[in-house]
Amino acid sequence: MAKLIFNKMLCKSCGLCVSVCPKQIISISKSEINSKGYFVSELIDTEKCIGCAFCAMMCPDSVIEVEK
Amino acid sequence: MAKIFEKPKMLTDKPTHYCPGCTHGQAHILTARAIDKLNVKKIIGVAPVGCAVFAYEYFNCDMQEAAHGRAPAVATGIKRVIPDAIVFAYQGDGDLASIGMAEIVHAAARGENITVIFVNNAIYGMTGGQMAPTTMIGQKATTCQSGRSVALNGYPIHVSEMLSQLQGPCYIERVSCHDVKHIRQAQKAVDKAFQNQVEGRGFSMIEILATCPTNWGMNPIESNKYVEEVMCSVYPLGVYKDTTKEEA
Ligand SMILES: Cc1ncc(C[n+]2csc(CCOP(=O)(O)OP(=O)(O)O)c2C)c(N)n1
Ligand code: SF4
Ligand SMILES: [Mg+2]
Repeated sequence: MAKLIFNKMLCKSCGLCVSVCPKQIISISKSEINSKGYFVSELIDTEKCIGCAFCAMMCPDSVIEVEK
Repeated sequence: MAKIFEKPKMLTDKPTHYCPGCTHGQAHILTARAIDKLNVKKIIGVAPVGCAVFAYEYFNCDMQEAAHGRAPAVATGIKRVIPDAIVFAYQGDGDLASIGMAEIVHAAARGENITVIFVNNAIYGMTGGQMAPTTMIGQKATTCQSGRSVALNGYPIHVSEMLSQLQGPCYIERVSCHDVKHIRQAQKAVDKAFQNQVEGRGFSMIEILATCPTNWGMNPIESNKYVEEVMCSVYPLGVYKDTTKEEA
């Protein structure tokens, strides 16, 4: 089991995390907006996460931390 | 559970002002992670003029702002006065290859013991997307709206290839960040560029191919594709100079 921690404040909705997730379980929220005005990225299926950290590595804004 | 991935300690908590998907963020992370791995207390960075002008807000070490293009000269001065500090210059392509061409060439030729992080997004990002010396043939910019033309604008400058012809540099590599595999390779290159300085080997420069989604007029994912498909063929990745191999 892996756990992703999103520092949503830093997210700019660029979608690079979404593009590299091998399980396609990250998406940009359609409802949650951070204080900068960006729709934030989120993990949509916790169970399927393998903790590869590709999303975290791809993020240019260090939004995602990974625990395993 | 243990943390297997976190933000580098060498970066402050301040949110960056970079556009969504801009590679400057990734270039900061690569640099900061490399410094985190060094067992050195005194780190001094030199920030450029360009979109990374506020880099001094983001790196968790002493920083000095340089005049446009002068970062390698400023870094030279700092390194010579404080030789036990690890000194790096962080520069864009307009900063390094246009107004600052003399400074980078001479710092490289002197073999200054500094590390240069060169973020090449083939455009002047900060000022609104004007053509840079690195803008590719056919690439559109606000000052070449039908695409760069050889007849009118001449050829782009391949900085890594050019500097590797000099005797001074120790290590020159061009890397990319368009996917996870390339980020991993880029990290190794940046690590080595800092390790070389610790070992007193002389001038190291890593050229990072970068996106500027805003001025390229593409979204961040299309921009990374453009780096992979177009930029990497015009600016081939790889090690252009490595004197550490010759010594070994
Ligand atoms: C002496 C001087 N000339 C011109 C400028 C205007 N200027 C600011 S940033 C820049 C180019 C930046 O391009 P680059 O180094 O590629 O950085 P990027 O924003 O693309 O990361 C220019 C020409 C300036 N600030 N100072
Ligand atoms: S203008 Fe371009 S280089 Fe500057 S922050 Fe935005 S995407 Fe990055
Ligand atoms: Mg630029």
